[in-house]
Amino acid sequence: MKLAYYPGCSLDGSGVEYGLSTRRTAAILGIELEELEDWNCCGATSGHNTNKILSLALPARNLAIAEKTGLDILAPCAACYNRFRTTEHAVRHDQNLKEKIEAIIEMPYSAKQETLSIPDLLANKIGIEKIREKVVSSLTGMKAACYYGCLLVRPVEHTGFDDAEDPQSMDQVVKALGAQAIDWPYKTECCGAALATSRPDVGTKMIYEVLLNARETGAECIVTACPLCMMNLDMRQKAAEKAYNVKFNIPIYYITELIAIACGDAQKTVGIDRHFVEAGQYLVTVKERAAEAKIAAEKAALEAAEKAKAKAAAAKEAKEKAAQTGDAAAQDKTPKSGETSAAPDTKKIDGFVTALTKNPEKMAAKLVADSAQAGVLASIMDEKKIGKLAILMAKDMELAKKAAAAFVQQELKRQGECQD
Amino acid sequence: MGNAVKLSPTSDSQKALISRLEKEAGTSINLCYQCGKCTAGCPAAFAMDYPPRQVIRLLQLGLVEEALNTESVWICASCETCSSRCPRGVDIAALMDAVRREALLQNRVTDKKVAAFNKAFLNGVKWFGRTYEAGLLIQYNTATGQYLKDAELGLPMFLKGKVGILPEKIKGRDAIKKIFERAQEKGGE
Repeated sequence: MKLAYYPGCSLDGSGVEYGLSTRRTAAILGIELEELEDWNCCGATSGHNTNKILSLALPARNLAIAEKTGLDILAPCAACYNRFRTTEHAVRHDQNLKEKIEAIIEMPYSAKQETLSIPDLLANKIGIEKIREKVVSSLTGMKAACYYGCLLVRPVEHTGFDDAEDPQSMDQVVKALGAQAIDWPYKTECCGAALATSRPDVGTKMIYEVLLNARETGAECIVTACPLCMMNLDMRQKAAEKAYNVKFNIPIYYITELIAIACGDAQKTVGIDRHFVEAGQYLVTVKERAAEAKIAAEKAALEAAEKAKAKAAAAKEAKEKAAQTGDAAAQDKTPKSGETSAAPDTKKIDGFVTALTKNPEKMAAKLVADSAQAGVLASIMDEKKIGKLAILMAKDMELAKKAAAAFVQQELKRQGECQD
Repeated sequence: MGNAVKLSPTSDSQKALISRLEKEAGTSINLCYQCGKCTAGCPAAFAMDYPPRQVIRLLQLGLVEEALNTESVWICASCETCSSRCPRGVDIAALMDAVRREALLQNRVTDKKVAAFNKAFLNGVKWFGRTYEAGLLIQYNTATGQYLKDAELGLPMFLKGKVGILPEKIKGRDAIKKIFERAQEKGGE
């Protein structure tokens, strides 16, 4: 797979680890990245806060350059990704805007290609199985809260690769790496974005809430695919701790860092040592846990095998003994004969279950003479009732008819009560 | 009846402004039945003078100046939770954006800090074609008189290779300058 690559400003600056680990992830998964020529800033939130057409034209210049290559675009930064998707959407759905944008950037652009985010690329384009195959150092024992924030999944008409309320793409990826993905309610809550800089009184509380929620739900680390979320949760974690007089010490990782590490990269290669909240030790702890879990699993498998072996030997011995003494009773007790006597009943019951499930009306008519009452019975047929009726039908048809009549009476009584 | 408000726009110009904002946002305020789901989910509502539902209500009542003067539009982080959850399909975030841009045009900025940040950010893009993170902070701190804000983060960021001292410049800087100029001429729409 070959993609046009738009790193965006952050990946060369504050999000340098994201840039390093994205390139490593691409190399590991066999994706060729061709950096977009002379790309410019997407304008981010400041752009659309200030001037609508500017906020579409800045991304459009990059997209028009990419369109010449005929490649889809990878934009790892969630903000760039969101601005690109918004521009593509506008150009595809509004001819008037499209013409205005083309005039401003002095380039033709018709949004033929598609911009991808990292979670979309990983979960939907590469596929979880391919990632799982590459894992050499499983993250078993890691408890990760996957944090999607706002811009990856909203608005769903522009992004659309995952659920807006309970996205799963990154959860699937961390599970494929061996980690546990924690269910938590704040996965798409906003970190406050630039408010942490412009209005720390507001932004710090938003950062604090996300960290607190992750900790309360049992997460030991947070996984992100957005450099701004990383900056807030990692670089500004200390400020949030100070403001609320708590200690979190929650390491934050880019999803691409975890892939590279699980696929054998050293921590330094992807920039784990450049985080503000120490993030290397937890990865060591996870590795130790994974090793322990592996030993425990091997031990358990060995014990189980030995147990099975001993059981087989004992059974063989008993059988031989029985054959030698000619004890007919012991031979009768072998499970085989027991199974054959039970078999017809089970088969019969299964047959009735299938018939009751597939054709409740017809079967109800067999059990209840009155056609109106048979209709009632058919309408209330659920798994529990089907099971009970099937067992009785296999045993004694009269008993089944009685039970059916009782179900009907019960239902009629209930309906009567409802009307009262 | 001392506190009564008029339930229709007071003037034609206000009416026209509201429909222009709606058009820019691609949404209709009349769809809103004031359920408050936007406010309930808004992660920044705790800091707003008028939470999202009330901003929409102000617009519904024709009180457009009041809407333009809210601090809320500057506190809104554009996270789009409101728009994505609205049961009536009102794009509240896009409206917030349109109101914010209009307030900027009319010079009614109630939160100077957010506006100063945006200006510093875009200046970097206009001059160099890319974000100049170090320059952004210096510009922003100077504009808001908070000279030492985040100063403690500067050195560690530099040491970690997370911020360059000099800006990265692209070749097509002239093209970017033109984009800014033309966008300004068009008045944003």
